[in-house]
Amino acid sequence: MTTNLVEIRNLKVEARTDSGRVIEIIKDVSFDIAKGEIIALIGESGSGKTTIALTLMGHAREGCRISGGKIDVDGRDMAALSESERAKVRGTTVAYIPQSAAAAFNPATKIIEQVIEVTRIHRLMPSEQARRRAIELFRALSLPNPETIGERYPHQVSGGQLQRLAAAMALIGEPKLVIFDEPTTALDVTTQIDVLKAFKSVIRAGDIAGVYVSHDLAVVAQIADRIAVLKGGEIQELAKTEAILTGPSHPYTRELLAAFEPKQAVRDSRTGGSIAPVLRIDSLVAGYGDLQPNGLPAVCAVQSVSLEVEKGRNLGIIGESGCGKSTLARAIAGILPAVSGTIGFNGSDMHRAAKSRTRDQLREMQIVFQYADTALNPAKSIADILERPLAFYHGMDRKAREARVDQLLDMVRLPRALRYRYPSELSGGQKQRVNFARALAAEPRLIICDEITSALDTVVAAAIIDLLKELQRELHLSYIFISHDLSVVEAICDEIVVMYGGKKVEQITRETANAPRHPYSQLLFGSVPKLDPTWLDNLVQDPELKREYGHG
Amino acid sequence: MITKSLAPRPSSLFGYNVSLVGVVAFAIILGWTIVALFAPYIVPYSVGDIVDTDYFGPISDQLWLGSDYLGRDMLSRVLMGARYTVGISLAAVALCCFCGVALGMIAAVIGGWFDTILSRFLDALNSIPSKLFGLVVVAAVGSSIPVLIITLAVIYTPGAYRFARALAVNINTMDFITVARTRGERVGYIIASEILPNIIRPVLADFGLRFVFVVLLLSGLSFLGLGLQPPYADWGALVRENIGGLPFAAPAVIVPSFAIASLTISVNLLIDNLPRRIRDRSA
Repeated sequence: MTTNLVEIRNLKVEARTDSGRVIEIIKDVSFDIAKGEIIALIGESGSGKTTIALTLMGHAREGCRISGGKIDVDGRDMAALSESERAKVRGTTVAYIPQSAAAAFNPATKIIEQVIEVTRIHRLMPSEQARRRAIELFRALSLPNPETIGERYPHQVSGGQLQRLAAAMALIGEPKLVIFDEPTTALDVTTQIDVLKAFKSVIRAGDIAGVYVSHDLAVVAQIADRIAVLKGGEIQELAKTEAILTGPSHPYTRELLAAFEPKQAVRDSRTGGSIAPVLRIDSLVAGYGDLQPNGLPAVCAVQSVSLEVEKGRNLGIIGESGCGKSTLARAIAGILPAVSGTIGFNGSDMHRAAKSRTRDQLREMQIVFQYADTALNPAKSIADILERPLAFYHGMDRKAREARVDQLLDMVRLPRALRYRYPSELSGGQKQRVNFARALAAEPRLIICDEITSALDTVVAAAIIDLLKELQRELHLSYIFISHDLSVVEAICDEIVVMYGGKKVEQITRETANAPRHPYSQLLFGSVPKLDPTWLDNLVQDPELKREYGHG
Repeated sequence: MITKSLAPRPSSLFGYNVSLVGVVAFAIILGWTIVALFAPYIVPYSVGDIVDTDYFGPISDQLWLGSDYLGRDMLSRVLMGARYTVGISLAAVALCCFCGVALGMIAAVIGGWFDTILSRFLDALNSIPSKLFGLVVVAAVGSSIPVLIITLAVIYTPGAYRFARALAVNINTMDFITVARTRGERVGYIIASEILPNIIRPVLADFGLRFVFVVLLLSGLSFLGLGLQPPYADWGALVRENIGGLPFAAPAVIVPSFAIASLTISVNLLIDNLPRRIRDRSA
C-alpha cells in the first residue's frame, strides 16, 4: 500500500469524432493526492479538468475512452477494473458532487430517500442508522432544520441548500475521495460563501481528500492545498496554492491571475460633464402573470425602478439571481412590456412594447444575451447571422454586406474565415463575440448586455470586457451591463445600481464602490471571493444581515 | 483498459456520413419513382387487355409475373399501379405536410387565441377515425383522383400540425427568436428563416412516416373498393381483386403485397438512415 491515496501515472484519454478521427484529449497526466489533501484542477473550458476528475471513478464520457496510464485509487487501478467492480468503489471510496444539484436530484422523491440511497445500494448500514447519519451530515453542513429538511422535495429548498444536500449524498458512504465538479459555479456570491464554508468544515472534520474542479481561481484559493493548472489536456503547473498565487511560473497561470487584477474603467473626458441622457427610465413596473385588480401583475419582478444612462457612459446593474435585473433588461428592450412607467430614449418617450416601437428605435437599442449558444441560430452560418441586421436595418446589397461582415469580424477580433462556420463550430468566447458583433451590425447607441460574461471562463471574460471598452472608445456606445459578478461590473461601469427583491436599493459611482451604504450592498460586495487563501477563514459577516438578505 | 467500444468508422461523402442501408432504401424508392414516371412506356401489355386464357396464371416467359383473376398481365398492372400509389400518396402527403407544418409554426409563433382555436379545431378533426372519414367522403362525392388526394391530405394534416407545432414551440423560446423579434422581424421571416431550418430534419422524418401511412390508407380504401375505379388499380386494389388467388399461391396476390412492403419499408429505412452532416471538419 502506498502512502498516497491517489496516484495517477501517464493518464491518456482519447475521443473519437463523428468523422472517425481520434483526438487525444488528455495527454500524459500524472499527479498524486495524499490522504486528506485537496487538489484543485483549474483551467478554461475544454482543458480536460472534468475529464480527469471523472477518470478517478473509472468513468469516461460518451465517445471517450481511457487509452493509457494507471489511475490508482486506494490501491486499485480504476482503469483496469471491470464495470461491476467499479460500481462497488463508486459511492464508497470515491464520491461525486455535480455542478448542478438541481439537475442531479430526482424531483419526484423526497430528499432523504435520495441521500441514503447510496447506503442501500452498497448495503452499508440499516436504513434507520443511515437516516441518523444523514441528519448528522445535514447539521455538519449547517443546513437549516436538519431534522426535517430531508422530508422535503428538491424543489422546496434553495439552490445553495440543494448543493449542500448533494454533498451530504456524496459523503454518506464515508468516501476517502470526493470529486467536486464546479459545485458553486451556479450559485450567487452570497450563497457561495455558505456552501464553501460548509464544504471546508466537513472535509477537515472527516480528513477527506478531494479533487476540486473549477475555473474560478479565487474560489479554489479558499479550499485547495495544491492547484494544478490545466491547458490543452496537460498539466501546465502544479504547486502549493500560495506558490501559484504569489509566484506563477507558467504564462497561462499569469494570464489567469492577471484577469483578477482590478481594472479601472477609463472615463472618456470628452463625454464628461452634463449631457442629455441616452436612456431615462421612470418608475418602471414589470412582472409576469395576469393583471390583478390593483393594476399590478401577479408576480411583480421589477418594482418602480428609475435610472438614467448618459451618452458614452456605462451603467452596471448588479444583484443576486431572482432580484429582477434580467426582467428589467427585458422591460427596457420591450420584450416583456412594462406595466407602467416611462422609457425615454434619445430625448423622446418610447413605447413600452417592442412591437410598437419604430424600426430606428429598435435599431438604436440592442440587447445581447447571456448564452450565445441559444442566441445564435444553430442552422445559420456566421455570415448569415451577421448579414441579417445589415439587410434589415440598412438595406445593404450583397456586396456591401459581405464587406461589412468582414469589418465586423475585425472589430470583434475574429478571423474573417469564420464567416463560413456554424455556431456549433466555435468556442464559447468566439460565439459571444459573434453575438456582440450582431448587435454592433445594427449601429446602436445603447447595448444592453445581460450577463454576457457569466458563461465564460475568467480569462475569456476578461478579454471580452477589454473588447467592449475598446469598441466603446471607437464607436461612442453606451452599455447597460447586467451581472451578478461585481468585479466585472466594476471593470467597465461608471455607475452601479444594486438591485434586491425587484427594487433598486442603491446607486453608487465607481469611486464610492468601496464604501456602499445600504446593508445589502455591503453584504454583496463583501462576499466576492479574494485571491487571499485565508480570506474565507477570516471572513466575518454580520449574522443579522445574513438572516435578512441571505438565502443559505 | 478499454472502457467503451467505439462505433465503427462510417463512410463519408461530401462531408456527410452515409450508411449503406440508407443508400439501398433510397435506390428502391428511386426505382419505384422512375417506374411511376415512365410506366406507360415500359408496360408490355395494356392494363385492361386480357392476354391469358387461364386466370391466376403462373410466372412464364410471356407473362413475367403471371396473370390476374381475369387473365390480365400482372407485371403491367403492378407497374401502372405504382403510378397511382406513389403519385396520389406523394401529392397527398406533400399537401398535408405543407399545410400542417406551416400552420403549426404560425400557431407556435403567434400563440394566444389563434393557437388555441386552431389547435382545438384540428384536434377535433383528428378525433374522427381516418378510414371512416375516407368512406364518408368517397360515398358522398364519389371517387376520383383529386377527391382522394384532398381527402387523404385532410386526414393527415392534424398530425403534421401537432408534430410541427410541438417542435416549433421549443425553438420559439430560444433567445435567437427573441433577438429576431426585438429586431422587428415579421412572422413570415421568423417562420421561414429562424424556425424552419432548425426543425427541418424531424419534419422530413415525419414526412416520410406520413407517406407510409397514406400509402397504407390508400391501399386500404382501394381494398374496400373505394379507391381508384377499374380498370385502373393501385397496389391495394390489386391485392383485393386477386385475393381469390391465395389458395392457388398465385403471384398475382403476392407481387402487389411485396410492392407495398418494399416501398413502405424503404421509406422508413431511409428516414432512419438520412445522411448526417459531419461536424468535425478538420479530418
